[in-house]
Amino acid sequence: MTNFETIVGLEVHVELKTDTKIMSPAPAHFGAEPNMNIHVTDLAYPGVLPTLNERAVEFGMKASMALNCEVASVMNFDRKHYFYPDNPKAYQISQDKRPVGQNGWVEIEVDGKKKKIRIERIHLEEDAGKLTHTDEGHSLVDLNRQGTPLIEIVTEADVRSPEEAYAFLEKLKAIIQYTGVSDVRMEEGSLRCDANISIRPFGQEEFGTKTELKNLNSFNFVRRGIAYEVERQEKVLLSGGTIQQETRRYEEATGATSLMRVKGSAKDYRFINDPDLPEIHIDQAWMDRVRAEIPELPDARKERYINEFDLPEYDAKVLTLTKVMADFFEATVAAGADAKLASNWLMGEVSAYLNAEQKEFSETALTPDGLASMVKLIADGTISSKIAKKVFKELIEKGGNAADIVKEQGLVQISDEGTLRTIVTETLDANEQSIEDYKNGKDRAVGFLVGQIMKATKGQANPPLVNKILLEEIAKR
Amino acid sequence: MTLLTKTATELQSLLHNREVSVKELTEESLSRIAKVDGDVHAFLSTNEDQALATAQQLDNQPLEGRGPLFGLPIGIKDNIVTKGIVTTCASKMLENFVPVYDATVVEHINAAGMVTMGKLNMDEFAMGSTTERSAFQTTHNPWNLDHVPGGSSGGSAAAVAAGEVAFALGSDTGGSVRQPAAFCGVVGMKPTYGRVSRSGLVAFASSLDQVGPITRTVEDNALLLNAIAGLDHRDSSTSPQAVPDFRAALTGDIKGLKIGVPAEYLGAGVSEEAKAAVLEALKVLESLGAEWEEVSLPNSKYASQAYYVISSSEASSNLARFDGIRYGYSAEGAKSLEELYTRSRSEGFGEEVKRRILLGMYSLGADHHEDLYMKSLKVRTLVAQDFAKLFEKYDVIIGPSTATTAYKIGELIHDPLTLYANDILTVPINLAGIPAISVPCGFSNGLPLGLQIIGKHYDEATVYKVAHAYEQATDFHTQKPALWEVK
Repeated sequence: MTNFETIVGLEVHVELKTDTKIMSPAPAHFGAEPNMNIHVTDLAYPGVLPTLNERAVEFGMKASMALNCEVASVMNFDRKHYFYPDNPKAYQISQDKRPVGQNGWVEIEVDGKKKKIRIERIHLEEDAGKLTHTDEGHSLVDLNRQGTPLIEIVTEADVRSPEEAYAFLEKLKAIIQYTGVSDVRMEEGSLRCDANISIRPFGQEEFGTKTELKNLNSFNFVRRGIAYEVERQEKVLLSGGTIQQETRRYEEATGATSLMRVKGSAKDYRFINDPDLPEIHIDQAWMDRVRAEIPELPDARKERYINEFDLPEYDAKVLTLTKVMADFFEATVAAGADAKLASNWLMGEVSAYLNAEQKEFSETALTPDGLASMVKLIADGTISSKIAKKVFKELIEKGGNAADIVKEQGLVQISDEGTLRTIVTETLDANEQSIEDYKNGKDRAVGFLVGQIMKATKGQANPPLVNKILLEEIAKR
Repeated sequence: MTLLTKTATELQSLLHNREVSVKELTEESLSRIAKVDGDVHAFLSTNEDQALATAQQLDNQPLEGRGPLFGLPIGIKDNIVTKGIVTTCASKMLENFVPVYDATVVEHINAAGMVTMGKLNMDEFAMGSTTERSAFQTTHNPWNLDHVPGGSSGGSAAAVAAGEVAFALGSDTGGSVRQPAAFCGVVGMKPTYGRVSRSGLVAFASSLDQVGPITRTVEDNALLLNAIAGLDHRDSSTSPQAVPDFRAALTGDIKGLKIGVPAEYLGAGVSEEAKAAVLEALKVLESLGAEWEEVSLPNSKYASQAYYVISSSEASSNLARFDGIRYGYSAEGAKSLEELYTRSRSEGFGEEVKRRILLGMYSLGADHHEDLYMKSLKVRTLVAQDFAKLFEKYDVIIGPSTATTAYKIGELIHDPLTLYANDILTVPINLAGIPAISVPCGFSNGLPLGLQIIGKHYDEATVYKVAHAYEQATDFHTQKPALWEVK
């Protein structure tokens, strides 16, 4: 049992998906050939001036509002100076004293306990370019990313465990993704996270010396990296050592952390109000307009699904993790599907298919109407769950309507008692031994007989009805 | 030597009547440059072929739709980027830099049908007040070749004074248009901050820089400002305010005009001849119906120090991009990134530029951010308030443009503190962001003196009106250096 309390603060960078960069007219899209999405402004040519993309400001406002921050009515941009080839002006345009958002929070739930993680600030800034270091000792500079709008979300040191960090990131990702201001894809770098980690003996008020952990390229790595770092710091302290203020790197291969650099005195960025960019004044009308664009967020949706559709909390949580899933669910229910059945299919077969094929909803042929048409046929007994799996495959790969597929392929469930009774009788006639076995207490014999009946009907027999008739007919013999 | 002595309006009439062609005007400017620039050294580069080709093209355009500056030769300070034409900022750092785009002001003068003759010398990155800080050449004052033309737009003022061009663009961060205009006996305007786009002006101090016209007459100056002014979506600091027709303001009527004359502008450090010239000028203005009173700008004594902290701080930031990586001077054989940065910047920048960068870095650093940079911003606010208070009562404020006539070449090059102190008459105007013009108001020992007329925000029209009325009542602007008669 450990005697130390874990203290973590997170710094999350989120790329905003505006059409153009925050300070230049170049496109801000991921995936172009190196140095194709650039403008003279991104190269910091002599004489160029930044021109603010107002969409980026609105996206920053939207994210701040969704994360319960106070949004500044007056803000400005500052220059943060440092020399590096990924930073052509040798300063990054950022927000120092007057960020877009302050004093927000995100509610998380770990082991059934709810807790608020406070957000200290959210500021807008431009992303830097990307360097690739070659084996020959050269460094290649790609400035496509230079000037992509970012928000940096800085939490208070409220996170107390690796699990809380994971839950925070999951919730943060869901909220941002709902607002539509970012793709929040860690694998494309549109969400990046650094963690400041320290430990202190339980009961002590003063924080311990923190280390900054980088290269955390998935939520799992954040969780594992924090756990490793906490353990490492404990070992150091328990063996009489002291923690150095340093930046450490998470090693994906080993799960360990390694020293990148020791932090000396705080870096002097020589912040200066950017004289090229006037103050931004946000009036109430602008605030209201942006706020009105924020959709219902995951927590609110989750509550509504529990109350309105009577879904279990687990279903409601899974369905609301992404907006596209939640929207699909609601459209399916609106098209007449039973909510719980729709939920089962979305969490089950649909999710399994998307995972296995590595596809998005939009890349499949499935529509809410299509799914609803199938769910309705299951509910009214037209098709069995087993047949539904065949229909589903058609729906998600080719699209269309379940009723048409069932009709075309002759998949309708046989629920006519007379027809079924004839087949049952024929089956019993051909398997007298099984009747004998059943009467001698071998329950498995029924399973065998049902199997034979299903085989004879190509799986289209209504299973509960088959069971009922079968038992009746056996009883008669 | 007749065409280039005429004003834009006179030349338009000649062009319109086909008594002269754009080609002839261009050729006259070229021949004038060929004759005198070997002595004056105003141009860093000329582009004869392109100028003649442009002239040819313009001559083929119909008479209808030509503006008031159509076909007239102009020179451009070398910190204003010109597409395809080397733009050096008079620095080794940009010795071979060819811009891929035109500054907004260059687009405007092209659209006006002006003919660009070449790029004009300056103090490196506009840091200096003598043009001796050019990495390539020292420009000489056309009135006396042993003297400096002032700076940093010394090439622009000298080229106009020497009759090489009648129009030039300069830039003014702390007096860099007005001071050389005064030293060279020409008209130089620093417009309101935000009146003219800075897009394509290589930044020195972004919150102070402003492009300004240098001409021989006030009317020509007003025409050129009209051509380059206005809102620009590429410069967020430009104003959406409509640009008035400045020529329409040149009515000559200044009856009842209220003039404030700050005691500080006629005090210690200002030469007797400069004071005398200003007092004479005030008499002329009085005779035209204006009234003047002595007033005070109590905080102007702190302006110079605040100016050097703010301008150097911004410069240290703006010039950080010259790192030897994407363009410009790059030290050869560097073994590490740090060495590449250090050597490129140490070798590429001149002494004065490095001095300002160091001063700026020092002022912005954590240890002095509050007592130097932040305090200077407060002084700036106080200086601006001084002016605002006076403008509640007065239409314009008048004083000398410079404390003395032009220095001898080499006289003050090793005395930066004296040079900095001499900016006291011009820098408060930049700190306040208001417009001011320098017009010729006399001579001392054969060297010109300038009268500075300062106006309210976005009220260049009144400044021009007063300058024009004064100009028309005097003959200083008609006098020409002996150089005009040479050869």
